[in-house]
Amino acid sequence: MESNGKRVAVVAGLRTPFAKQLSAFRELSALDLANLVVSEMLQRVDVDPNEIQQVVYGQVAPSLQAPNIAREIVLATGMPKSIDAYSVSRACATSYQSTVNIAESIMAGAIDTGIAGGADSASVLPISVSTRLAEALVAATKARSIGERAQIFAGLRPRDLVPVPPAIAEFSTGLSMGESAEKMAKENHVSRKAQDEFAHRSHSLAAKAWAEGKFDDEVMEVFVPDRFKESIREDNLIRKNSELEGYAKLKPAFDRKHGTVTAGNSSPLTDGASALLLMSEDKARAHGFDVLGFIRSYAFAALDPAGQLLMGPSYATPIALDRAGIKVSDLDLIDMHEAFAAQILSNTQAFESKEWSEKNLGRSEKIGDIDWDKFNVTGGSLSIGHPFAATGARQITQTLRELKRRDGNLALCTACAAGGLGAAMVLEAE
Amino acid sequence: MANEGLTIEKRDDGVAIIRMDIPGEPMNTLKSNFIDTFTEVYDAVENDADVKAIVFTSGKKDSFIAGADITMLEAVETAEDGERLALEGHKVMNRIENFPKPVVAAIHGVALGGGLETALACHARVASDNKKTQLGLPEAQLGLLPGGGGTQRLPRQVGVQPALDMMLTGKQIPAKKALKMGLVDDVVPESILIETAAELALSRVGNRPKPDSFIQQLRDKEAVTEFALSKNPVGRKILFDQARKQLHKQTRGNYPAQDLIIDIVKTGLEDGFEAGLAAEARGFGRLLISAEAANLMSIFFATTALKKDTGVDDPEVKPREIKKVGMLGAGLMGAGIAYVTSAIAKIPVRLKDRDADGVLAGLRYVRGIIDGRVKRKRLSDRQADALMLQTTGSTSFQGFQDADVVIEAVFEDLSLKEQMVRAVEEVGRDDVIFASNTSSLPITKIAAASKHPETVIGMHYFSPVHKMPLLEIIVTDQTADWVTATCVALGKKQGKHVIVVKDGVGFYTSRVLAPMMGEAAHLVAEGVPIEKIDKAMLNWGFPVGPIKLTDEVGIDVGAKVGKIMVDAFGERMSQPEGMSRLIEDERYGRKNGRGFYLYSDKKKGVDESVYDVLGVKPDNKGVSDEDIAWRCALQFVNEACRCFGEGILRSARDGDIGAVFGLGFPPFRGGPFRFVDQVGAKEVLGRLRELEKQLGPRFSPAPVLEEIARSGQTFHGPDAIQPGQSKGSHSQNEPRANA
Repeated sequence: MESNGKRVAVVAGLRTPFAKQLSAFRELSALDLANLVVSEMLQRVDVDPNEIQQVVYGQVAPSLQAPNIAREIVLATGMPKSIDAYSVSRACATSYQSTVNIAESIMAGAIDTGIAGGADSASVLPISVSTRLAEALVAATKARSIGERAQIFAGLRPRDLVPVPPAIAEFSTGLSMGESAEKMAKENHVSRKAQDEFAHRSHSLAAKAWAEGKFDDEVMEVFVPDRFKESIREDNLIRKNSELEGYAKLKPAFDRKHGTVTAGNSSPLTDGASALLLMSEDKARAHGFDVLGFIRSYAFAALDPAGQLLMGPSYATPIALDRAGIKVSDLDLIDMHEAFAAQILSNTQAFESKEWSEKNLGRSEKIGDIDWDKFNVTGGSLSIGHPFAATGARQITQTLRELKRRDGNLALCTACAAGGLGAAMVLEAE
Repeated sequence: MANEGLTIEKRDDGVAIIRMDIPGEPMNTLKSNFIDTFTEVYDAVENDADVKAIVFTSGKKDSFIAGADITMLEAVETAEDGERLALEGHKVMNRIENFPKPVVAAIHGVALGGGLETALACHARVASDNKKTQLGLPEAQLGLLPGGGGTQRLPRQVGVQPALDMMLTGKQIPAKKALKMGLVDDVVPESILIETAAELALSRVGNRPKPDSFIQQLRDKEAVTEFALSKNPVGRKILFDQARKQLHKQTRGNYPAQDLIIDIVKTGLEDGFEAGLAAEARGFGRLLISAEAANLMSIFFATTALKKDTGVDDPEVKPREIKKVGMLGAGLMGAGIAYVTSAIAKIPVRLKDRDADGVLAGLRYVRGIIDGRVKRKRLSDRQADALMLQTTGSTSFQGFQDADVVIEAVFEDLSLKEQMVRAVEEVGRDDVIFASNTSSLPITKIAAASKHPETVIGMHYFSPVHKMPLLEIIVTDQTADWVTATCVALGKKQGKHVIVVKDGVGFYTSRVLAPMMGEAAHLVAEGVPIEKIDKAMLNWGFPVGPIKLTDEVGIDVGAKVGKIMVDAFGERMSQPEGMSRLIEDERYGRKNGRGFYLYSDKKKGVDESVYDVLGVKPDNKGVSDEDIAWRCALQFVNEACRCFGEGILRSARDGDIGAVFGLGFPPFRGGPFRFVDQVGAKEVLGRLRELEKQLGPRFSPAPVLEEIARSGQTFHGPDAIQPGQSKGSHSQNEPRANA
């Protein structure tokens, strides 16, 4: 995939603090959050907006008012109106997708500069109406008299009037994400203790990273519009004094009786946005940008959602590594999206298992052993939070900056996504 | 066929389009030859049997007719000539009104003054829905009245109350509102404007619509009020009395045009259209040669000239493009500047303050102004959000690396400002402009902290920034011309009248205001009642009395600035002794609710206890209103003359503009320099000498006044004296230290 001087450079990456649902960002839509992070990124990077040729952006919870969020960002942030923009959705791997779309346009020579990213609000959501009420409302627009209209609504029952929030269950299987994680924990024998320990590790590492100032330049301070009564500088879901005992006290959330997945070892509902500025290597060098790093390879994969829904990373990773021509042992860092501790530990188990690889991938070798000193070293979605579409770009920026700090060269970012999807991307510093 | 800017396009459907497009001018105006050209063109279409209907429109891209040519009006020398000019104009307008074929005006862009009067004479009007389409009769703003039949046709078209409102304020009406009030008959997109007007004109061939019947009119609520008020004698009296009362509250009888407009509308209503027109022409002639109109027109010309002034004398110097402005300090000034930069000039702003609370307060202030525009339906919610995104906040210098101009509005402390200069130069570009919004510190001193002092300049805004129309730019001996030109261009984009002055203590505006406020304080110390002083100055034409202004600015701030002024200019700037006792009594003015006036919800007016603190007994006798006005005004005018003589000002024009738009000097007096020219330097000098004898050296005349009183020169006009020629003995050229 690597091509002479045509690699894709990550010139800049930025995100808002990730905020607990209904906290600092309770009044902001995904678009509002996206506008904030994109304008701020343009303020910080010395790039002329006229140089930007494309914006690809995404959100998971759809907006009924502004379905093409990418284009709305261009129009609202004062970028040249001539910039092309479209929106993508790939559940929790959405900003992997928007990044890849920009990267592919750059590699194809169609553009040389673009912005990718994603945003989600768990606070401002499109609440819809029941199917029966929706039918009635549409029918009523066609009614020719008040009587006809009255007849249409007369057929409704009180329960039809209850609003319907967006689904968190798999459309095809009807299982919620948490139930899927629960299923994986049981089938892969991931203990409650192991899950709690991993969650505790995530919070501790994220808190340490903030304390050491590692996130200062990749997370913007948000002065919250429109009221401008409060500002938020740091992620507000991280437990700064995380203690393992605390996790053990929580009740299982999805299987009260036999379950092990709790609110403490699951990623929380979160509001936030992230963005990346991508450029062709040639152009970035010509402009003298101090780039964060380069995209070496990437891969997407899919599995049967009725199986172990969140095993995507184990399917996508070996393909991305093959495309990069490297092995897990060559990596200086791995950042795997932490949807649930149970999902992380199921995937790391699979990475290290030759048997799993043979059975599910038809490969004779295991994917590779996990070096925990290189795995999710500054925390992940369990602690930082998970505004669905924003997570991928968050991982890419966080990993590339850590790679620089460690003076390393190769890193892997990977994520699972609803629908049994997986994404993986190999990044390199030089 | 072409005739001095009027062309006729004959269409197959029998519509003749008359287009006005005066060659070589950006906008159409009615010049002295318009009477002949209009007559000729209308003769042609009247006699042409193929022409059934007429559309009158403009050939200019974004304007209809901007009004009468003001240079032509200014040239009129006698009231009789002015009256004759109006009567000739009436003939043309009457000709259009009584034209045998339908005439419809198609309006896109501004239709002001004579432009709107021309449209009103047409049989119907169609306007484009474009933002640029604005209709109004702004003559009163120039001390004139609508002399093209506007005082008669507008009330008949839209009703007396709305017509008076339009003519007395000169406000401009957007198309949608114009449709609602019946000023135009239809509003359509520009793309179908001519076609719609043509259709309307054709539909009227042979059937002139009758006015709405009485019953139809009664259906309209506004029409009922209008009927009750203007169509019966009692209601009419109430209406006109109200209008006059309202007017006098604001003008205090200083603006004769507004009074005449009310009279003439009333005459037309009571004695008929013809009598109204005759009164209009007579009034027009009278106002045209009035001092008020001359002064108001001179301000109009000055602002027009200012728009073309780059702020530097070298015509080769061009302003540089500004893509980003950094703003230090998010207080009221900083946030106000951020607003006019992002929302008016449309340049992104990086707004920095020490901490998050400071940034939040600034952003909240900007959002508040934007929300006001949303409430008035000038902006949609989406537009407001987008506008707001153009100001981003920060507590660090992150984002200042590519700013072209950084403006500081931090606390008035020299070492803090020096620190800002150094910080900006460390993170910023090599050619970043550093502009200080200080109102009292010498720019030369701030520039001394810079590695490249040629990029340091003063940009003195007035509070509230988004409402006050003046920007005073202060240059040092080192400031580069391109820096000055760039900041002047920025100020114009922010919607300001920009004057450029030389660095010196108090620059121009703060310096001339101080002795006037000081004189008011002297009057209080003499026992003249506070309300009497303020009222005398309001009557003289200032928008706020000097004592009230002292409360607004802050008594403590006034004392601080006063000290700086005394240090720099000597005793003439000193305040009476009692003033320091006010500070000891913790009277800081409006901001802490204790000053010369009361600021509680229940009680308003002068705080009588202030006299005890000052140790005086108020006494209503002794000093007349006229004495008060002369004493205060002469302090202002005399100090302005010193600034002129010392070369602080580049021209008398700038001095007049600065005084009128920055300090509220009565516009009908034209500014301090017009005032001297009109009253006569000899007279002003005589009064100053008299006051000097009575009250001491603070009234010693500016050297330049003595000079022009001797030479017979003026500040304006062909025999004008040049600035910077009369420094005198007791004024300093260099700003003194310890400010």
